[in-house]
Amino acid sequence: MTYITKPRLHHPSLEANKVGYTRRDYEGKISTLCAGCGHDSISAAIIQACWELDIEPHRVAKLSGIGCSSKTPDYFLGASHGFNTVHGRMPSVLTGANLANRDLLYLGVSGDGDSASIGLGQFAHAMRRGVNMVYIVENNGVYGLTKGQFSATADRGSKSKKGVLNSDSAIDLIGMALQLGATYVGRGFSGDKAQLVPLIKGAIRHGGAAFIDVISPCVAFNNHAGSTKSYDYVREHNEAVSRIDFISSRDELTTTYAPGEVVEVEQHDGMVLRLRKLHEGYDPTHRVAAMNFVQERQAQGEVVTGLLYVEPDATDLHAALNTSARPLNALGQEALCPGVAALDRLNASLR
Amino acid sequence: MKQIEAINDFVIKFANVNGSGSASANELFAKAILRMGVPVSPRNIFPSNIQGLPTWYEVRVSEQGWLGRRGGIDMMVAMNPQTWDADVAEIEPGGYLFYDSTRALPPSKFRDDIHVIGMPLTEICNAVYTDPRQRQLFKNIVYVGALSVLLEIEPAVIEKLFGEQYKGKEKLLASNVQALHLGRDFASEHLKAPLGIRVRRADRVGDSIFVDGNSAAALGCVYGGATVAAWYPITPSSSVAEAFQKYCGKYRVDPATGQNHYAIVQAEDEIASIGMVVGAGWNGARAFTATSGPGVSLMTEFIGLAYFAEIPVTIINVQRGGPSTGMPTRTQQADLLACAYASHGDTKHVLLFPEDPTECFEHAAAALDLADRLQTPVFVMTDLDIGMNQRLCAPFAWDEARELDRGKVMTAQELEAGRDFGRYKDVDGDGIPWRTLPGTHPTKGSYFTRGTTRNAYAQYSERGPDYIYNVERLLRKFATAATLVPQPVLRAASCKTRLGVIYFGSTSPAMHEALEVLTGQGIHLDALRLRAFPFPASVRDFLDAHDEVFVVEQNRDAQMHSLLVNELEVDPARLVRVLHFDGTPITARFIAGAITQQVHAEVVKPRSRKSREKVA
Ligand SMILES: Cc1ncc(C[n+]2csc(CCOP(=O)(O)OP(=O)(O)O)c2C)c(N)n1
Ligand code: SF4
Repeated sequence: MTYITKPRLHHPSLEANKVGYTRRDYEGKISTLCAGCGHDSISAAIIQACWELDIEPHRVAKLSGIGCSSKTPDYFLGASHGFNTVHGRMPSVLTGANLANRDLLYLGVSGDGDSASIGLGQFAHAMRRGVNMVYIVENNGVYGLTKGQFSATADRGSKSKKGVLNSDSAIDLIGMALQLGATYVGRGFSGDKAQLVPLIKGAIRHGGAAFIDVISPCVAFNNHAGSTKSYDYVREHNEAVSRIDFISSRDELTTTYAPGEVVEVEQHDGMVLRLRKLHEGYDPTHRVAAMNFVQERQAQGEVVTGLLYVEPDATDLHAALNTSARPLNALGQEALCPGVAALDRLNASLR
Repeated sequence: MKQIEAINDFVIKFANVNGSGSASANELFAKAILRMGVPVSPRNIFPSNIQGLPTWYEVRVSEQGWLGRRGGIDMMVAMNPQTWDADVAEIEPGGYLFYDSTRALPPSKFRDDIHVIGMPLTEICNAVYTDPRQRQLFKNIVYVGALSVLLEIEPAVIEKLFGEQYKGKEKLLASNVQALHLGRDFASEHLKAPLGIRVRRADRVGDSIFVDGNSAAALGCVYGGATVAAWYPITPSSSVAEAFQKYCGKYRVDPATGQNHYAIVQAEDEIASIGMVVGAGWNGARAFTATSGPGVSLMTEFIGLAYFAEIPVTIINVQRGGPSTGMPTRTQQADLLACAYASHGDTKHVLLFPEDPTECFEHAAAALDLADRLQTPVFVMTDLDIGMNQRLCAPFAWDEARELDRGKVMTAQELEAGRDFGRYKDVDGDGIPWRTLPGTHPTKGSYFTRGTTRNAYAQYSERGPDYIYNVERLLRKFATAATLVPQPVLRAASCKTRLGVIYFGSTSPAMHEALEVLTGQGIHLDALRLRAFPFPASVRDFLDAHDEVFVVEQNRDAQMHSLLVNELEVDPARLVRVLHFDGTPITARFIAGAITQQVHAEVVKPRSRKSREKVA
């Protein structure tokens, strides 16, 4: 057996959040990933974000594809339903699940192999449909689970552990998400939790398709010199455009930053994202500017992180389809079946 | 010269050019006969193209109510010069050829043994209309007018149909009536009427409805409570989703809020469409997709996931000619094995076989119930012949007391009360486990769904006994399915016989007619119409009760035959294949001919019981 259930021993003094849960309530099974794998840090950030946002764990549906990254939903939010679907196709399953019950929070976890190779199409279409979810790609530039082949996000010219040179150019999922119409786009680094947690929190509160690309080094196959997805490379080339503070509307809005450097973005549900701009003139609500900025810096070998784009009043697929506020899976016979009289009228019209 | 004489019993075929606007005129023709109380059965025969190429519409008129294709053409309305030779050749001796005689044709273009009726359609239309599109469109109505004289179809009936079609559009109504009479006037003055074949008012339609199978299946999805539909366009299934959209717009908009009680997504491909259905099914909504062969091929990985993870999924497969792109606008029943065993590893799926639009409606609704009850993929196996042709069939019926069967979904109250929850545990002995929906309870009932193996409590496990428990339970569930699916329908012969015939789906109307023809020839067969896979116990009983059973199907490889042999371990020598697979709907002539030939061959060389036993 390759899972270990965590003992549920609660220390009485563990701090509980507003809905009465401790951090431990947001944990899952013990990870079976390699020690030091970036994916585990991302799981920890998800746990932290959900706890801090007072989300009831069972109100989250966590879905993934196949890969080391896609295994992680088993390692957080043990009290929520999870679905490990098929390779690359998490977005469609999540879309269907979301259509069935709009009241849950949808968390899609995927890998760069899962989303940028076999699943590129589904990734693209989930973004353009505006499915209300948090879509996290744990990006390590390799296929971890199948032991070290290049994924489509590996840079041209980068070297695999076996010394093979990658001759294909890389797919940048951030650039794609921006271009495809995602309404919340950010990039994080598994080694920078201070940045990652607010990024995830902002995504959770966002009312549309939120995409976060998290550079997540694979210690087994892609953490060596020559890889641009290694810990060292990212630490040296990380270029943060912003620091976000996630402030709930219940909190007092006090400005701690110097005016001019701070942008406050109110979300659809009244929550506020407070962004401290690290780059002069960077506008996180300007899609085209964000695309240009990311591309320019990328060309310099820099890994731009932070919240890159947000559309504050974003809507989602349900709005586009004008679906009922009551979840479709909760509608009863009376709402669904037109009944015998309607059928008789229809029969009459077919004679 | 011989002349075919038949009242209310003939086949007329229209050969047209695709895009010339003939479709609605031809349908008008068929409907007018129907309104005179005479059953008709039309079939669109169209190649895979959009415009300019040939298209045919064949109408069987049968007071006796035979709705299958008969074979042979009594009258050809030849409007397409491109297919002229083949069209003329198809006419039965003594039959009729109606054509546009505006341009003279050499005598070699006709046949001596048929009656030729020429009418200068183009000339008439050019004289009356100046607009080229009008000239083209009204030509079709003009020939319907002429045919109404030749075949004695009541003009008032056609005018009434126009009235219904162009309600509120008085100008269109008037111009169509004018075109109709243009044709009628010419025919009355210049043509010898009526012909030997004609229509006479009867009272044989009753309360039957005239509808296509795809619309009916879509309506079944509405009544069956489907709320999520995800699809990708493919002939001949697209109109299922389109009709679902139309019916939902009519029946499923909340009058209080104006919000939709449904969600329809045209996905980026079939993989995504089945993925969405899997996600919606997992999350407790009734969901379906509609597709055809190539779509099923793409969906198979997900179908395997749904089977193993036990998620309700409904797939309406409107079969067409395969393999590969095959004959996309022709009909076959050739996806049986691909669907019955779709995906890798050991999989088996539930298939339903509707015989006509009424059953498309019933089976679509039943499939949604079965998928929830069994927590598994269920296929509704229709085909182009039922799906895209209007059929005369029994009116849709619904029991007001019927409740949607949501299957074994454990509620928060039940969990709270301390009911043991093992997602993959067979608590009731029927192989069907209980499930919970995401979000049900804060601390109880959550589990992880995956395509990998696990134990009864949904925990990942590669232990042999856990795996075997699970896959054997799935077999038990499949056995349960055999008791829940629509049961086969038996038509016993009027006398005791050792011969049986098995058929299913769109073969039905042709089969019923063939059985009568065969009886007339002294060949008596008990007939069993299969309505589902897995096969209920009565299928084995039927096979056991007959020495020889013909299996009639519309594919090359005798796929139903294989399923019977494989699943029931019946001696293949006792099953005789009757196969039709040229892409056209099977005919009564073909079935009766094939069975007669076989029976006669056996009279010459009887197969002894002994030799058969040796094989067994
Ligand atoms: C259809 C299909 N093809 C191939 C595989 C094998 N496979 C499993 S995981 C994987 C790659 C995973 O890479 P990535 O998504 O980057 O995740 P990582 O393991 O690196 O976190 C592949 C190719 C599969 N499971 N299904
Ligand atoms: S192989 Fe790489 S991606 Fe997979 S668990 Fe190990 S470190 Fe993580």
